[in-house]
Amino acid sequence: MKKIYKDAQTALDGVLFDGMLIAAGGFGLCGIPELLIAAIRDAGTKNLTVASNNAGVDGFGLGVLLETRQVKKMISSYVGENAEFMRQYLSGELELEFNPQGTLAERMRAGGAGIPGFYTKTGVGTVIAEGKDVKIFDGQEFIMERGIVADLSIVKAWKADPSGNLVFRKTARNFNPPAATCGKICVAEVEEIVPLGSLDPDTIHLPGIYVHRLIQGDHEKRIEQRTVRKAS
Amino acid sequence: MAARAAQELQDGWYVNLGIGIPTLVSNYIPEGIEVTLQSENGMLGMGPFPIEGTEDADLINAGKQTITELPQTSFFDSAQSFAMIRGGKIAMAILGAMEVAENGDLANWMIPGKLVKGMGGAMDLVAGVGRVVVVMDHTSKHGESKVLKACTLPLTGKAVVDRIITNLGVLDVVEGGLRIVECAEGVTEAELRAATEATIIG
Repeated sequence: MKKIYKDAQTALDGVLFDGMLIAAGGFGLCGIPELLIAAIRDAGTKNLTVASNNAGVDGFGLGVLLETRQVKKMISSYVGENAEFMRQYLSGELELEFNPQGTLAERMRAGGAGIPGFYTKTGVGTVIAEGKDVKIFDGQEFIMERGIVADLSIVKAWKADPSGNLVFRKTARNFNPPAATCGKICVAEVEEIVPLGSLDPDTIHLPGIYVHRLIQGDHEKRIEQRTVRKAS
Repeated sequence: MAARAAQELQDGWYVNLGIGIPTLVSNYIPEGIEVTLQSENGMLGMGPFPIEGTEDADLINAGKQTITELPQTSFFDSAQSFAMIRGGKIAMAILGAMEVAENGDLANWMIPGKLVKGMGGAMDLVAGVGRVVVVMDHTSKHGESKVLKACTLPLTGKAVVDRIITNLGVLDVVEGGLRIVECAEGVTEAELRAATEATIIG
């Protein structure tokens, strides 16, 4: 059975080192591993390369690691919500490798699936294609992208059972499954750890084989753009 | 513009709407046709914004706005989401643009040194979907044409755009340049041509 840890800090014991590559789940502030991010900030690990679709916002999510200057490089598809991110990038303090969102998701999936390289049409004819191998299939150009294998992946799910099987909730799923698979070590934070056998096996979104450490905690779950319509 | 773009939708299609004006297209889906909206962050069957007080932090669209579900809704992860985009299952993407060129080149993700937000899912969408429709203002706030002979900004995709819908009219990308489909209400062809730097055929 998976080791259930008492908090994020102890779940990351012995796992963190300066210069490591971390893959993180989440889309915007939705489904982000809030507790593990805060624990990495508290541990002070630096020169991090983080692969994550976004960089949180100022003061929350991965934004907190930018403020403490712990991140050397981001591999992301969109950083528009984070002013500090843009500032550090434009001033040259932060390295940024833009990956199209689908390419990033597939790089994580492939890395976790033993596929070291794959070809995609995404980015052909743009700056993304620079320096990359090109191959023609059926008369069309494709560029080669590499699978990502991270030292650590940090993910957020809704429920877990003690063997690490994960269930996600709605659009909080997003990058969490592929990110989980591509880490040499995967730590998952969940809202609820349920008794073994209480999850219907047909409803499991990510099998426990990919999850090494588990923590349960209370999540803030911030909404980035509260958008509503009037009751008619 | 959103209302005109909604006329591009066909019954039974799975469609992706970009952030900004394209999201408004969902308010104008014609009566009698069924269209399923995909949200790139892992959802098919995207519903309207929630009634105040019912927002769910786990249920957002690509623009990070709170939304709701529909009876046909399904959820999946980001790798699956872009697999269906790249795999050609999404019939159409409607997105905004900074520049469109006469050969269909699209630039909508970066102004070097100034606006560097990132491309998000745009590059995958324009490379993978069946039809790309751009909705944008015909000219910039400085009055310069955004419909050009060649893009000056970093590209999102090469020769990907099929149709351009602006406040001045509708143009199609064809062999050798752009073809005027129609002028917007109250706009003359002369005005449309004057605001267009790109080559107009026929």
